[in-house]
Amino acid sequence: MHEILSIAAIAYVLSSAGSIAHLYLRKDVFLNVSRILLPLALILQTIWIGHEWIATGRVPVFSLHQVVAVLSWVLAGVYLGSTIWLRMPVLGVFATTLTAILSLIAAISPSVQVADIKPFNSFWVFFHVIAVFIGEAFFALACGIGIMYLIQESAIKSKRRGFLFSRMSSLETLDSAGYGCIVVGFSLLSVGLVMGFVYARITWGRFLSWDPKEVWSVITWILYAVLIHERLAVGWRGRKSAIMAIVGFIVVLFTFFGVNFLLKGHHGGFTRI
Amino acid sequence: MIDIVVLGLNHKTADISLRECLAFSADQTEYALERFRAIDAIEEMVMLSTCNRVELIFSSKSQAIATDAAKQCLSELKAIDLAAFDSVLYKYRNEDAVRHVFRVASSLDSMVVGEPQILGQLKNAYRLATIQKTSGVVLNRLMHKTFSVAKRVRTETGIGDHAVSISYAAIELAKKIFGTLEGKRVLLIGAGEMAELAVEHLIRNRCGEIRVANRTLERAIEMARRFRGQAVGLEEISESLIHADIVISSTGASGLVVTRDQVKAVMRPRRNKPIFFIDIAVPRDVDPEINRLSNAYVYDIDDLQGVVDENVQDRQKEACKAERIIDEAVIQFRVWMESLDAVPTIVSIRQKLEAIADGELQKTFHGLSHLTDHDRQAIQKMTQAMINKILHEPTQYLRRNGAMGNMPAQLDVVRKLFHLDPE
Repeated sequence: MHEILSIAAIAYVLSSAGSIAHLYLRKDVFLNVSRILLPLALILQTIWIGHEWIATGRVPVFSLHQVVAVLSWVLAGVYLGSTIWLRMPVLGVFATTLTAILSLIAAISPSVQVADIKPFNSFWVFFHVIAVFIGEAFFALACGIGIMYLIQESAIKSKRRGFLFSRMSSLETLDSAGYGCIVVGFSLLSVGLVMGFVYARITWGRFLSWDPKEVWSVITWILYAVLIHERLAVGWRGRKSAIMAIVGFIVVLFTFFGVNFLLKGHHGGFTRI
Repeated sequence: MIDIVVLGLNHKTADISLRECLAFSADQTEYALERFRAIDAIEEMVMLSTCNRVELIFSSKSQAIATDAAKQCLSELKAIDLAAFDSVLYKYRNEDAVRHVFRVASSLDSMVVGEPQILGQLKNAYRLATIQKTSGVVLNRLMHKTFSVAKRVRTETGIGDHAVSISYAAIELAKKIFGTLEGKRVLLIGAGEMAELAVEHLIRNRCGEIRVANRTLERAIEMARRFRGQAVGLEEISESLIHADIVISSTGASGLVVTRDQVKAVMRPRRNKPIFFIDIAVPRDVDPEINRLSNAYVYDIDDLQGVVDENVQDRQKEACKAERIIDEAVIQFRVWMESLDAVPTIVSIRQKLEAIADGELQKTFHGLSHLTDHDRQAIQKMTQAMINKILHEPTQYLRRNGAMGNMPAQLDVVRKLFHLDPE
């Protein structure tokens, strides 16, 4: 079944190439190819996830290979779903490229046999992981939109419009879409964290064990909470909001990968393998 | 052999008074098409009439006679002596005609390159021709190809992306900031022709409340009434800035009318909502330093002129890309026109049948390994003979009909029947 991940990764790479080619050459054919390949790859990954799930009896998020595969699947799904209400082909360049990178990591990282750790075969773990992953996918989109905002804003301010100027949406559209993604991502992250805490309480008898991943997750949550609060309270929007979305996603990436590789903790086992 | 001809005049060849005299309304076009249909030498006809051009696009087997008759008919329809406009008429044939139609539809031949209206006008012209049944196989194909070429040009080049007038450039920039201009509040400071034009564009884009501030209140009231807005005094500008999304300034003041401190002070009360200043006054009314504030954007007249100049250059560059798309489409259309001659069609049918026969023979031989080479040759000869016999009557029919009947239409049906032009 590992091959299916490789095929999905190739489809994601081609989808990303299609998005980039459309950005430069403006030919609809490239965008259409990208749009066809993305759900195709998603279906292949769904088959893989389904197979792994049936084979092991739990959602496959217990090794780096599995985590990255599921993360790319979630990101592709969230981006695909968002295209219904976000009409931003340029965002596809960011989203499909990030998906392609993650799926390539999944495809080339070794498929290892994961020991059956009973405490993790829980309903709480499943929803904790899925809610956090989907939330992080929305933060990824918010980061992409934030980058687009900064490029567009800089073009308008400096009065030097690059070739991206006409291809990208208006500042207001980007700002509100980015904020929308952050609100959805924040809500899901909150739900995911609460589930994690509840599960920790049930399993280890305490909500928080100061595991580095837990600490960094709380830092991430606070960062986005500040952003949302400031927007609601004083109208923090535009450039500041875009920069915060990018910083927030860098922190998300560090929480996701950096903490596991650099610091110790009970989450590390999932992604260090 | 059938020819496609474009006969016409446009803003480059004829002055406005002559174009006005020769222009046709929709009703007049319908009547004119009926008259052109009565001309024997003209097979098909589409007639395009806009404020900048009058063009007759027709197909004919004897183009010289058809052209003379069309000119005469045009002169009679408009009651103008042919000598008065004959010298400004241009005529294109076949490839040149096809290229010209493609260029017109793609707005490469327009006064303002990239303006989008021409395609709609050409679609209307074609619709009228189909209602009047003056368009047939050749022009139907030409028009459909024209529309797809124009669409390609519009989507694959940025020819119509940018505005080429100051006021419109300002509106486009506003759209890049706000997305939609619907409901956006406008503050007009002072009154100038260009500012009024910009406000009119904004009204067309369904902007919200308009406030007019002017040195003399009477003038402000008069302007506000015209735009169904509200008049305010110059001293109320600071308060108005809290609510305004777009500020257009064009006073004759010698100093700054809107300062950085004024804007900085209102950003918090306006909850950092973006504000766009269009300063079309010389000397400038709006402090350029405001552009450094977050969510505040300032464009003065030079900036806007820079945008327009850049846009004009962009359109020229994009026009070169469009010409390449058109060249490619002209070649495709020429191939189709040539295919309307009987011989290539007959050859294509034969090749298609032979390819099918070859494929089927290979499959059959694969399952009959006991056949000798002699047997195989005999079966191949038999298949060839069958193809010859099947094709004999259709070939004779197409060759006979070359000299009579509506050859392009017949060949078009045959080509569709055998699916010779997969697209």
